[in-house]
Amino acid sequence: MSLTHDARVAVRPADVAQRPARTWPEINNPAAWIVAIILLIMPLIASGFFLIEIFATTLILGIMALSLMFLAGYGGMVSLMQLTIAGFSAYMVAVFGVSGNANISLGWPWWLAVPMALALATAFGTLGGALAVRTEGIYTIMITLAIGAAFYYFTNQNWAIFNGHTGINTVATPHFWGVNWRADIPFYYVVLAVAALCYFAVEYISRAPFGLALQGVRDNPRRMAALGFNVNAHRVAAYAFASFVAALAGVLQVWNYRQISPGSVSVGACIDVLIIAVVGGITRPIGPFIGALIFVLLRTFALDFLVRLGLDGNRFRLLIGLGFLAIVFWSSDGVIGLWQRWRQSQRPRTDRQNGGRGHG
Amino acid sequence: MDSVAQRLSAVGAGAALELRGVTRLFGALAALTDVTITVRPGERRAVLGSNGAGKTTLFNCITGDFAPSSGTIRFFGEDVTHFPPYERIRRGLRRTYQISALFPGLTVQDNVYLACRGVSRGRFSFLRPGQNDALMHAADNLVQAVHLAAVKDQRVAELAHGQQRQLEIALALAGAPRFVLFDEPAAGLSPTERAELIEILTSLPAHIGYIIIEHDMDVALRVVESVTMMHNGRIFKEGLPEEIQSDPEVQELYLGGGHE
Repeated sequence: MSLTHDARVAVRPADVAQRPARTWPEINNPAAWIVAIILLIMPLIASGFFLIEIFATTLILGIMALSLMFLAGYGGMVSLMQLTIAGFSAYMVAVFGVSGNANISLGWPWWLAVPMALALATAFGTLGGALAVRTEGIYTIMITLAIGAAFYYFTNQNWAIFNGHTGINTVATPHFWGVNWRADIPFYYVVLAVAALCYFAVEYISRAPFGLALQGVRDNPRRMAALGFNVNAHRVAAYAFASFVAALAGVLQVWNYRQISPGSVSVGACIDVLIIAVVGGITRPIGPFIGALIFVLLRTFALDFLVRLGLDGNRFRLLIGLGFLAIVFWSSDGVIGLWQRWRQSQRPRTDRQNGGRGHG
Repeated sequence: MDSVAQRLSAVGAGAALELRGVTRLFGALAALTDVTITVRPGERRAVLGSNGAGKTTLFNCITGDFAPSSGTIRFFGEDVTHFPPYERIRRGLRRTYQISALFPGLTVQDNVYLACRGVSRGRFSFLRPGQNDALMHAADNLVQAVHLAAVKDQRVAELAHGQQRQLEIALALAGAPRFVLFDEPAAGLSPTERAELIEILTSLPAHIGYIIIEHDMDVALRVVESVTMMHNGRIFKEGLPEEIQSDPEVQELYLGGGHE
């Protein structure tokens, strides 16, 4: 340290004590505890339909959107291929594992097929990322969208591995220790555990050197290079991590529906992930899950609601689109941004300066 | 054997920074033409010149933000002409920016911590730094050295201009710098802040050399031992501060009317 002798004032012990940002941020937050407890006891209060169709589906979509939030919120890279990576992972589970299409599936046990799917999907996403990091802004969006569209048409037309437009059906789900892990309640807990793991991993990494440096790359890539960081390598590593998260969601998705077909990896579905992340808010890891809940609730119930109003039920996308417009228009940091501003307006003035902690 | 001998002879040659015939073209415009500069280790030099003289382009070529169109750049004997910026930084080169280039979304402490992390291992670490993390202490010390301890948990976007300039310097002094490029560090500073800046510069350890671009002669000539004058992308004159100050040609070109 060249300047050590220059610092006349020794580090005060008080400085070390007050470093709140470096501990778990939610541990003192009662709302977070309440949400955690509700999620844990959900099987007691929700029917099988709610458990899987609403909450498990929300968590799976939330994990996919979380991978986008990590790239976009911390890295400033908007990737539209996160659903494609999840879909690739889902296809690989079906191809390497057991399914109704015996001529395609290799019939590996799930504990071999899943790591293989995760590894291949992570490699796929990392390669796509390595292409995308050579560009900035709208060109990143275009390249990742092109990868997503290419994969969609490829799965439609390839019969040898992806079984064309019919996809791969009756994919086997894990049974071990005498438990059918695709039964509603065990599957819900599997999904919840993976979602929690991904959420806390993203939250933790955002304050670790890798995540901090990624935020530095987002704020000022040129300066990061002038501090000794290899900016592109850092971006590719971020894609690798986000791809792994998306791949986990893909495994859960194929177990959830027990099938995978090109419809699940369409360009529209890729954009849905972006909408989920933006509506929820890309400044914090909780945002994508809130966005996913809103999306799933609308998708499930808007139909009945619209029919009751005398409108075509398939117009639920119109509601989502209007909601998306409203969010982008009034709150660029999504629903969590609205929530934070509302909380700050409720608080006494003296508290406010502590409230505006940015992401990370 | 050969490479060791070569390296020893390179060290023997003794220049911290050696530019030979560096030219940088932007289309038809030559921002730098045939610039040759040698700076000894620990030497402190000012680069003067009017706007558009090529001073900042010179810095960008040295750090690798742009590759020179022709010519070679050696850093402590090693040819770094085609190295990416981060490789040069890891070898002990540092720079500051004329317009502060900070991370506005992060705290002061995190900005300095990133600077310390960038020149050490574990840039990709997924583990948070603990309470006794050596780099965290290094960052604490740097924050104090540039008088920012009181605001270290504030986001950089909330800092005053003068504080941002001080942070800019802190980022360039992380790790073990061997040579620093200061691009107008006094821009927009109050007289008090200028005095603090001079104190920071003059109290740098003797082995750290630097080049400073500075329009304020009171700052520039008090913290350097040699001066390079640039004009239209070329080296116009080199000498001691007093020689440059009293040179009639230089006065006409640069110090002439505008000197306060």
